[in-house]
Amino acid sequence: MSSSDQQAASSRLAVPELLIGVGLLACAGAVAWQTLAIPVSPLYSKVGPTVFPYLTMVGLVVLSLLLILAALRGGWQPEEEKETPTDWKAMGFVVIGLVANLLLIQPLGFTAASVIMFVLVCYGFGSKRTLRDVGLGLILALAAYFGFARALGVNIGAGFIENQLNTVIDAIIGTFGA
Amino acid sequence: METLGHLAHGFSVAFTPVNLLWCLLGTTLGTAIGVLPGLGPALTIALLLPITYQVAPEASFILFAGIYYGAMYGGSTTSILLNTPGESATIVTALEGNKMARSGRGGAALATSAIGSFVAGTIGTLGVAFLAPVVVKFALAFGPAEYFSLMVLAFITVSAVLGSSSVRGLTSLFAGFVIGMIGVDLQTGQPRFTFGMTELLDGVDVIICAVGLFAVGETLYMASRRYAGKDEIVPLRGSLYMTSAEWARSWKPWLRGAAIGFPIGAMPAGGAEIPTFLSYAIEKKLSNHKEEFGTVGAIEGVAGPEAANNASAAGVLVPMLTLGLPTSATAAIMLSAFQSYGINPGPLLLTTQGDLVWGLIASLFIANVILVILNLPLIGLWVRLLKIPAPQLYAGILVFATVGTYGISQSPIDLVILYLLGAAGFLMRRFDFPTAPVIIGMILGPLAETQFRRAMTISNGDWSVFYKHPLSLTLLTLAFIGLVGPHIWAYVEHRRRRGPEHVPGDA
Repeated sequence: MSSSDQQAASSRLAVPELLIGVGLLACAGAVAWQTLAIPVSPLYSKVGPTVFPYLTMVGLVVLSLLLILAALRGGWQPEEEKETPTDWKAMGFVVIGLVANLLLIQPLGFTAASVIMFVLVCYGFGSKRTLRDVGLGLILALAAYFGFARALGVNIGAGFIENQLNTVIDAIIGTFGA
Repeated sequence: METLGHLAHGFSVAFTPVNLLWCLLGTTLGTAIGVLPGLGPALTIALLLPITYQVAPEASFILFAGIYYGAMYGGSTTSILLNTPGESATIVTALEGNKMARSGRGGAALATSAIGSFVAGTIGTLGVAFLAPVVVKFALAFGPAEYFSLMVLAFITVSAVLGSSSVRGLTSLFAGFVIGMIGVDLQTGQPRFTFGMTELLDGVDVIICAVGLFAVGETLYMASRRYAGKDEIVPLRGSLYMTSAEWARSWKPWLRGAAIGFPIGAMPAGGAEIPTFLSYAIEKKLSNHKEEFGTVGAIEGVAGPEAANNASAAGVLVPMLTLGLPTSATAAIMLSAFQSYGINPGPLLLTTQGDLVWGLIASLFIANVILVILNLPLIGLWVRLLKIPAPQLYAGILVFATVGTYGISQSPIDLVILYLLGAAGFLMRRFDFPTAPVIIGMILGPLAETQFRRAMTISNGDWSVFYKHPLSLTLLTLAFIGLVGPHIWAYVEHRRRRGPEHVPGDA
């Protein structure tokens, strides 16, 4: 490869990288906006709560400009990363699973929401045995719930499944305790 | 020797039945998550942070330290049998180890890596025990200005010097600063970066940040890359016992690896990449079996880097325990565990929390013994763990991510933040931004700010305090050299070799 080829290939604009640089610049803007919103008491005028935010903002602006510059020169993505097509369908199912979990965790409780997420994510990753995944998800979610919630004393949202089981467990403990 | 007395006391703390159980639990869990691709010690310790509300500090740190060391052992198993390095620290192990496995010597590769990890881990832990008191004596003279400059040096080394690009490393670090600043400013009580949301007043929990970047981000990335082709597990063949020739070829690389790894880990720079690559290069140069490197796999190329990796992992504990300076994501999360107990790691930790520190160091010796037993005779068990299919593995990771996040305050807002950070983590993984500096920046950034403001208050707002103190000036100069030096060096090399043309994509 001659050096002129290299030059031509490298001067091509890399759009994803450019978007990242611009996005970071926007973040720096948000940092600036939020820094201006910090009320400063005159007592702390020398090194108040805004000095570090301003330094961070300046750093972010410089870095995002350097990233944009790199994007204009062809970006920095490794070749193998560019050549592998993104599996949008798999990612889509993972995202749907996450959103379903977010929306259902309050109305249905942790276990039910987790099983739904588990099944969707498994499906996205190519698992075809959905019924088995339901069972696995249920076992795992209950293990996580009882391992964390009861053993570690962390409170994670209980729904109808947990409440039923808790009543059963309490009843069993009550029977044996008495 | 004062240290030996402290160590003896430490063993009396670590050898209680309960603490031994914590150590066993930690090492087992650590090996498991080290073996499983997609899970690492930083994520696991973050998920287990709520335990700090339940048990004594000794118990939780013995658990965390077991996980930390265990993940190093488990990670090498995956590298050797699957050729998928679980962590950057085991990339080099995969290089030769997987070749050895493919040519039927997987048993010997696993053995030399486990025994080498034991040897180097023990040497490294001894190093921690003897070096920590020395560093403490030195650090007691540090004022806020020196601390701040030291943190600047650590920021530069963890983000700009190590890794493939200083711009991307620093970008991650600054993103971490922003996340760390969210919430109420502790000195003035002013809310910062909260966008008017009351949920953000308490700041973003390190659990959410670690889980978002490491669990959600990683899962999204793995889903997006299903077309990339899969690595196959090489079935374990060959005896786990090394022949005398293999012992003879292993022991020197172990010692050399430990000698390279520990000092580099103990510097306020950290990182396992440099010592492992350095050890690999040295072993390749010194080996009498150069033809095996890159072909059938050379045992020296596994023994040396594995030892270097474990010794540097031990070394990282020195700045963490003596200066409160974490140089890896895992160390940063352990630092936040200290904070959760109201303990401030720093030079006074060894005297005020002697039981804790020496108990922790003693438990590391015990952990090494347990780990070599867990990883050699029981290796078959861990290989079976490797066979967990990806769909269920990643779906399970997301279930635990939910538990860890939603358990903090049962707030769906936390899940929203988790998913946003997960999306960021995906982009960072996809576009080659390192994630560890985010965690380090988020934990260490606020500490650096505190030292900065303290120094400025003492000096009455005079910036010269940072360059008039000789030690502070030295540290800042080193940081500057670390930031600019490699670029000047690359430029000079470039001019010398190919004339003045541009390097494409050198961000």
